[in-house]
Formats: sequence, C-alpha cells, structure tokens
Amino acid sequence: MKNPEEIFELLKKEFPEAILGIDKEAPTEPIILIDPPQIKTISLFLRDNPELRFDSLMVLSGVDDANGTKVKDEDGTDVISGGTLSVYYHLHSVYLKHKITLKVSTPRGNPQVESVYNVWRTSDWHEREAFDMYGIIFLNHPDLRRILMPYDWNAGYPLRKDYKNPEFYQGMKVPY
Amino acid sequence: MGLLDKEFSDGNVVIAKVDDLFNWARLSSVWQLGFGLACCAIEMMATSASHYDFDRFGVIPRNTPRQADAIIISGTVTLKMATRIKRLYEQIPDPKYIISMGSCANCGGPYWEHGYHVLKGIDRVIPVDVYVPGCPPRPEALLEGLLKLQEKIRNESLRKKTV
Repeated sequence: MKNPEEIFELLKKEFPEAILGIDKEAPTEPIILIDPPQIKTISLFLRDNPELRFDSLMVLSGVDDANGTKVKDEDGTDVISGGTLSVYYHLHSVYLKHKITLKVSTPRGNPQVESVYNVWRTSDWHEREAFDMYGIIFLNHPDLRRILMPYDWNAGYPLRKDYKNPEFYQGMKVPY
Repeated sequence: MGLLDKEFSDGNVVIAKVDDLFNWARLSSVWQLGFGLACCAIEMMATSASHYDFDRFGVIPRNTPRQADAIIISGTVTLKMATRIKRLYEQIPDPKYIISMGSCANCGGPYWEHGYHVLKGIDRVIPVDVYVPGCPPRPEALLEGLLKLQEKIRNESLRKKTV
C-alpha cells in the first residue's frame, strides 16, 4: 500500500517528461497531472507494476474547467474560447488497497486524449460518455459514438459551460 | 356455441344504443401497452399489483401496441424516447387513448429549465386524454385518472368524437 506522494515519486522517476506535477491543494486526495498523449503508457505502468497493481478504474469523468476567456456571441450569449477540458481517472487497487487520482488537461479548441480502452475495459462507455457530454476525442477508442444523447444530435455537447440548447429536435420544441 | 343459438324462454330482448354498447365495451377493457419510463412506472406497477388491482377496471398490460387501447406515459420523456413513443402511438389501432402520468410527462417536471434532454410535456408529440398530476402520483391518483378516461369514453359517439 502506497500513499499518493509515493506513487507520484515513483512515476516521476519512471516518466520525467509525462508527469506534469501533483496538486496537493485539492480538498480530495492529491491529483497527479499527466500529459494527455502519455496517459495510456502511464496507465499500463500503473496497472502492471507489481508495487502498484491498479487493476480497477473506478470512474473516468470529464470536466469543463471553464478557464478560458468569455466572448460575446452574435446573439449576445457567452461563448468560452481557450482554456481546457479535463479528464479525471480514479484508480483503485483491489490487491494493494490503495487509490490514486489522475488528471489530464487538453485544450478546449482541440480536445484530444489517448484512450485507455486497452488498459481498463471499464473506460469504454466512460470515454463515450465524456465524448458525448464534453466532446473530448479519445484517440484509438474502437467505438467512439454518442452514448446518452441521440446519434443524430448535432447541437453540441450538453455539459459544456457555454452549451446552448437548440430550439427544435426532429420537429419537437425543446425549450419550456 | 354462443348465446344467440340458445332460445330465450321468456323472449328476453335488450335494447341499447350502439354507442352505449360500444362505449361500455371499450371503457370496460382498456388494455394498456406494457410500457414504463421512470419512477412513475413503479407506481403504475404498484397500481397493477394485487393491492390496487388495475385489472378490476379491465386494464391489463399488452406487450405489443397492436393489441393495446391505451398507453400510460409513466415518467420522464427524453427527446430520444419521444421519437420511439410517437412510433408506438402510431402502431396502436384506433380508438386509442393516452394517460399522461406525473409531472415529467405533463410538462417536464423538475427538468423544465435545465433538462437539455427532456421533452417538456408529452402533449408536444401525441394528443393526451387525461393528465394525472403528482411526482410521482400515488396509485389512487392513477386510478382516478383511469376513471376520468372511462368517463370520457362513455360520452363518445360513433358519429363524432366528443371532446
């Protein structure tokens, strides 16, 4: 069993380039920041290293950080430009009974993260949900379709902070 | 064989209007489509169960719209589901009736403002006969809704559908 600082030191020694830092200020457990294209390599290491053995991805969630600049659209509503979208990975080791949280941040204009589908199959539908709700592209995911919204939903990604609901969907009025 | 091949000893004849006969038959056997959406569906199932016994009003669930007379919209209707419900409705043969059960089906309920995925009232897609308020409505309320529907069917005419 290791605490998050020890896991961070281990990772930092192994991947000095890909590990961007550790956030100890969060009100939860410390969060390790990771370079988006490297997340799969690091996930594999976390899963297979005998000292870590993170065999379970408890949850993968997308977050709109909304840290860009707000720009007025033609119709007077705010649109966020710049900033980041993030993906959080909550890992747990059933064998060693320790936990860790990973985070990758990716630019809002072109949000791309390497998929961890081949490391934990759990991430299949979780990544599809993050794609559906935030538009984060998971590279090398085998089946990146919308999972909750209809397949023909073309009004954007509902959980983004600057999302605007459409007036109509297939002839049905959407707003109240 | 049926009743008609027997001879009535005292020459019994029942005289009734066709409307009355048809309406009585229809309101006494409102077969509903076996269809549930959200928490209201749990109350609907409780209504069907032995304690409230929907069956005593002739309501039994059918598993295909082609054999159903009514559909109870029991729960939150998402936009994705609304297209399916419309198709189910179109597959029910006439005459067909809709009971909108609970706040979500009536008007969007708690999702009325921020529910990007919710249809704000099933009456935007298909015509509703009876609205049952509640979140979710108790089985008594759904029974009341059915009695209202029966009252509505009782006043129908073959010549012209009354409001």
